[in-house]
Amino acid sequence: MARVGVFICHCGVNIAGKVDVARVAEEIGRMPEVAFSADYKFMCSSPGQKLLADAVKEHGLNRIVVAACSPKMHLPTFQKTIAKSGLNQYLISMANIREQCSWVTEDREQATAKAIDLVRRQVKRVAHQDPLQDVAVTLERTAVVIGGGVSGIQAALDIADGGRKVILVERTSSLGGKMAQLDETFPTLDCSQCILTPKMVEAAQHPNIEIRANTTVNKVDGYVGNFEVTLERRPTYVDATRCIACGLCVTKCPVGDVPDEFNAGLGKRRAVATPFPQAVPAIPVIDARYCLKLTKGKCGACEKVCPAGAINYEDKGAEETVKAGAIVVATGYQEMSPAVYTEYGGATYPDVLTGLQFERLVSSTGPTGGKLVRPSDGNEPKTVVFVQCVGSRDPSKGHEYCSGICCMYTAKHSLLFKHHVPDGQAYVCYIDIRSPGKNSEQFVRRAIEEEDVRYIRGRVGKVQKRNDGRYRVYCEDTLVGRPVQIDADMVVLSSAVEPNADAAKLAQTLGISYDADGFYTESHPKLKPVETATAGIFLAGACQGPKDIPASVQQGGAAAAKVLALFAQETLRKSPQVAQVDPFACTGCLTCAYVCHYSAIEEKQVAGRQVAFVVPGKCQGCGACAAACKNKAVTLAQFSDDEIFEEMMR
Amino acid sequence: MSAPEMARDPKILAFLCRWCSYAGADLAGTSRFTYPPNVRIVQVPCSGRVDPVMIFKALVEGYDGVLVAGCHPGDCHYGTGNYHARRKLAVARRLLETVGVHPDRMFFTWVSAAEGRKFAEVCTTFAESLKKFAGRPKTLAREALAK
Repeated sequence: MARVGVFICHCGVNIAGKVDVARVAEEIGRMPEVAFSADYKFMCSSPGQKLLADAVKEHGLNRIVVAACSPKMHLPTFQKTIAKSGLNQYLISMANIREQCSWVTEDREQATAKAIDLVRRQVKRVAHQDPLQDVAVTLERTAVVIGGGVSGIQAALDIADGGRKVILVERTSSLGGKMAQLDETFPTLDCSQCILTPKMVEAAQHPNIEIRANTTVNKVDGYVGNFEVTLERRPTYVDATRCIACGLCVTKCPVGDVPDEFNAGLGKRRAVATPFPQAVPAIPVIDARYCLKLTKGKCGACEKVCPAGAINYEDKGAEETVKAGAIVVATGYQEMSPAVYTEYGGATYPDVLTGLQFERLVSSTGPTGGKLVRPSDGNEPKTVVFVQCVGSRDPSKGHEYCSGICCMYTAKHSLLFKHHVPDGQAYVCYIDIRSPGKNSEQFVRRAIEEEDVRYIRGRVGKVQKRNDGRYRVYCEDTLVGRPVQIDADMVVLSSAVEPNADAAKLAQTLGISYDADGFYTESHPKLKPVETATAGIFLAGACQGPKDIPASVQQGGAAAAKVLALFAQETLRKSPQVAQVDPFACTGCLTCAYVCHYSAIEEKQVAGRQVAFVVPGKCQGCGACAAACKNKAVTLAQFSDDEIFEEMMR
Repeated sequence: MSAPEMARDPKILAFLCRWCSYAGADLAGTSRFTYPPNVRIVQVPCSGRVDPVMIFKALVEGYDGVLVAGCHPGDCHYGTGNYHARRKLAVARRLLETVGVHPDRMFFTWVSAAEGRKFAEVCTTFAESLKKFAGRPKTLAREALAK
């Protein structure tokens, strides 16, 4: 006989402000199943949990209903509480009377009536819940880190320093990510590569880190502790095991007009190349789209000069499957193409650049060796206009969100410009200056006050190319309410930070969710910033939302800490929410096996008949089999037909 | 329920998958998007867990409509559960028709964890659409299924 204890939480005024909680407790107390019913200000507080624990003992309760916030928030809290007082932790159910009731219902009377009904359903349900035991599963203490930018590098190094193996997967041929493309960093003007490359080298030399360059994640099977990650290396036509990184192939390659991605499309590179001098690994890659041997079948210069015999035109790439207990996703972002802003000429005028292109242009490893010149004629620009919020804070053509980093990198760009062209004049057209980081506001003030950068508050309407090769920028100074025209030699657009083009595809491969903007969703926006809703998969860096370098590094470290904590467990326990087949009701049709996404259902001989059998370690508890079984022979623990039917009854 | 009462606020049972749509409903709450108070949510691990029998049973039980919501195509936490749901519930719609229940009493849609507003809108418009059935008993359904 169920003796249900019911606890109604006020959640301060969040619930009690709309719901007559005392009346809910009183009405529910009349149900025959209910042995104890009470309301309390904050059930999740220590006194609230003590109230629960004491009542279990005092009233001999054997089932618990807590009516409070979403179970996504506090179910684990209350499970732990009842487990401590000797009840099986799965003999509890939560009525979500905050998110589903007090917060979405206007009328107090209706909200109270709804709350009573929501709690009543959980009382009915909980009476049908059975005590369950967690399933023990194995734990592979290796992590896969996807993305070799600064965030992924940090995560990999921290996990590796913690004594665990890491496989660091990078899509391009070198670690470094966006940070490797930067010249100097705000607000200290540290040389970006000078602080990044030691970390890249450390990752490459770390005994616990294996780097997989030119590699993408193709498929992910399994679950926390037991992922099987299928990696695909694209063909590079250079055998990394033989290459001695001498660079002869690059110097002898006759194809020299390949657009240079590392330089954001400015400048050219060879068909066989390393992206930048400090690349890690330093193995060149042949670009099959441009290589004469691979496109036309003639040339072969690189093969002839290679002293190590590393060139292999027959390379087909490779696929491997690795086992991992945890995955860190650190895939970063891409800069939005300014092509939709035709009024700015971002994709058409040669001297209208994106922020990243400007970065390459002033970088000593860039296409001009660090000489700031106009791509169109090679002359030094004397007047530069920086246009803020190109694609950010603009839901009509770009993104609704603020990209977060542009205000600061533009202040930096204006300073870099002044350092290259001391007699030049920089203008920044902005909507608002957002500089909340440490020393950030001072940095912006430095640009304005010390370097005389003119900040004009207003959105740029148009950039027009003039016959003399200069650009007329039409803007409005909204502080004086006057239209402004500036004739500039160069215009730099702060293109928005946006998710990678294939971010959604990777999310689907991993089984993690992403928000309306396409950034990966953390498990809780405040309290679980690096976890995803999928156990064992963590986030770091700008793939979760626009971020500067310090924040990306912090998240990399935080994700690593989560992975190390997971790996420190002796045994991993998995939710008992698994399906079970009643062999005597099963007809052996195996429709269940057909719908099972995890191949968790096998055939088994029971009492002379072939029937279905669920492997508990593989089952993820989705319940597709239970819904598909015509004979109702499959029961999903925690979501049995009985439990669902009881809960839905009016 | 009497016809005028239903015309006011139809009773809806909503099966929401835990990973996307239930979180979407939570977000509707966090964002304070109100929706009709007669919506009752049952959490399921996946929309693929929803058995057509649950829908029939709900209608027999006296709900005016049943909403099933899962992750968007490609976003299913369990890979393919929402596709199974879509196929199964397409068949369920035809079954409803066969037993004389208007198939529009059932509504299947995608609601992501980020779509709090969409969830509230779906509830509101579905409730509105059910008002056209006010005063029309699900007689056939009762006869066909209650036995």
